[in-house]
Amino acid sequence: MTEFTAATVYDLPPADLVLGDRVAGRMYTDPAIFDQEMTKIFERAWIWVAHESELPKAGSFKSTHVGRHPVIVTKDRKGEIRTLVNRCRHRGASLCEKKTGHANGFTCPYHAWSYGLDGKLRGIPYPDGYEGVMDKADLGLKTLRTESYGGMIFATLNAEAEPLADFLGDVKLWIDRFMAQGGGYPVKVLGTHRFTYRGNWKIQLENTTDGYHFPIVHRSWMASVDAETAEMMSFMTDPTAVTHDLGNGHSVMQMVPEHSDLDADDGSEPLQPRFDGLVARLEAAGADEAEIRRLVRAVHGTGFNLNLFPNVSMSISFFRVLRPISVDETVIEHVALGSDGPAEIVGPVNRERLRAHEHFQGPFGFGTPDDSEGWDRVQRGAQGAPELPIMVNRGLGREKPSAEGWPTSHVTDETGMRAAYAQWKRMMSDD
Amino acid sequence: MTETLTDPRVVRAIELAWREAALLDAKEYETWQGLYAEDARYVIPIERDAEDFDDVLNMVNDDARMRGLRVRRMTEGYAIAAVDSAITVRTVSRFIPTDVDDRSVTLKAAQIIVAYKRGRHDLWAADVDYVVRLGASAGEDRFARKVVRLVNADEAVPAAGFLL
Ligand code: FES
Ligand SMILES: [Fe+2]
Repeated sequence: MTEFTAATVYDLPPADLVLGDRVAGRMYTDPAIFDQEMTKIFERAWIWVAHESELPKAGSFKSTHVGRHPVIVTKDRKGEIRTLVNRCRHRGASLCEKKTGHANGFTCPYHAWSYGLDGKLRGIPYPDGYEGVMDKADLGLKTLRTESYGGMIFATLNAEAEPLADFLGDVKLWIDRFMAQGGGYPVKVLGTHRFTYRGNWKIQLENTTDGYHFPIVHRSWMASVDAETAEMMSFMTDPTAVTHDLGNGHSVMQMVPEHSDLDADDGSEPLQPRFDGLVARLEAAGADEAEIRRLVRAVHGTGFNLNLFPNVSMSISFFRVLRPISVDETVIEHVALGSDGPAEIVGPVNRERLRAHEHFQGPFGFGTPDDSEGWDRVQRGAQGAPELPIMVNRGLGREKPSAEGWPTSHVTDETGMRAAYAQWKRMMSDD
Repeated sequence: MTETLTDPRVVRAIELAWREAALLDAKEYETWQGLYAEDARYVIPIERDAEDFDDVLNMVNDDARMRGLRVRRMTEGYAIAAVDSAITVRTVSRFIPTDVDDRSVTLKAAQIIVAYKRGRHDLWAADVDYVVRLGASAGEDRFARKVVRLVNADEAVPAAGFLL
């Protein structure tokens, strides 16, 4: 293993900047590494693009990005979900500038070439100029491979990528558990917070599996919630709160292990009194005791952060999606989730979930701005002394395989970061 | 009924908006909180045209309890974003009174905030809706509602350690 020094750190190939227990700060600051990451990671891996509830019916679309590429995710007439590069085949204009909506197809505003929801070129105005010059069949929108699991939709530019199910591997079990927070109903996107920070995307990738910062950075949030919630989040000294390396760069951080599987409920945990109002409304709406219990326990979300390499984390009760903009700028989306069911039942539940989400997340939440300040500072500090590594060695000495065979250590340990950086190293050294 | 900016009731509402702007720039959050009626809402929506905030996601949707918690967060010294927050200078203008009687004034305005932090200026532009409940004297005027509609509400904004 090559060590990096001040003399060599700028000359080493990117893969040599990741050692097992530490990485070089240059990974956050070098624009050439950023360009390679876009090509070798964001254009080769499975990138999360949408949740199925964002595409409720034929004609629904969502515009987003896969790496540097703007894309439109669509549901066509037959219900098939596709990911199309948002670029007209004529002279390259973007076809759709709306975030979400419903359409019969996309007509370019520049010269009116029109495309179906499946990306096929349907119409060209004044077509005679193209006679004998080109075939419409060759000029559909560029389409990405698109696959989904458990409502999570991913796309890749890599025709040779392994099937999504294989890439997810042991993550699938945890996706199933995450979706149990619908409380017996499907999970549905309720709204999305968007904010930027001036730092490298990997700083946020680390943070989704960083239990260690919680009581320090989020002290002000902890002080603002009720005692039961604060108690639930006091996992620092709980030996059953662990992080597993799930393979392929993915990991799961179990902060509240007793809420790992919301479907496993022995009835012994009392519902918090602050939900008395919610319970009364659900009773009035005709929900039975078991359903009420299921829904109210799920209001907190699941007791874990599931971190998928490279761009999405399924975090307790919401999705955290990252989009690298440049080496030192990243956009984050916090996607609030709720239940999709009859209004009289899910209305009050989702209202509770929305308020809890607003309390912590988003650009004015009680948690996010503090995280963001930390990430800005990592970016600023990492410019200094390039020979000094970024440490991801916490818990290395106590990491052991779990019964399932997953490398496991305490929830405050850096097992998840090591997993992500090992995958980064693999992908960056692959030519 | 045509509302005018020189109507003394409207002048009082505008003065309250300006007093609030000065308090927020000075980060005098405790005093700021006192400008709000107990039942007031302070909202920063994500949908620019939202009117009903309870069933949608907002950036901020504060009642008295949440305002109190927020002020505590901004002033207690443990929130690293608030401790090191940007210096702000804000202008509130282009007032349009839309509804005026002896008890309350509804006002629309434009607000531009320049936030400076670590060598960089961020611009926050918004339309603001105010409902001011008039008291027996100007000192007793209180906000019943403030809705800040950012021009880029549904885009990515910087995470902020101050209030709008
Ligand atoms: S660029 Fe789209 S039709 Fe010309
Ligand atoms: Fe955090």
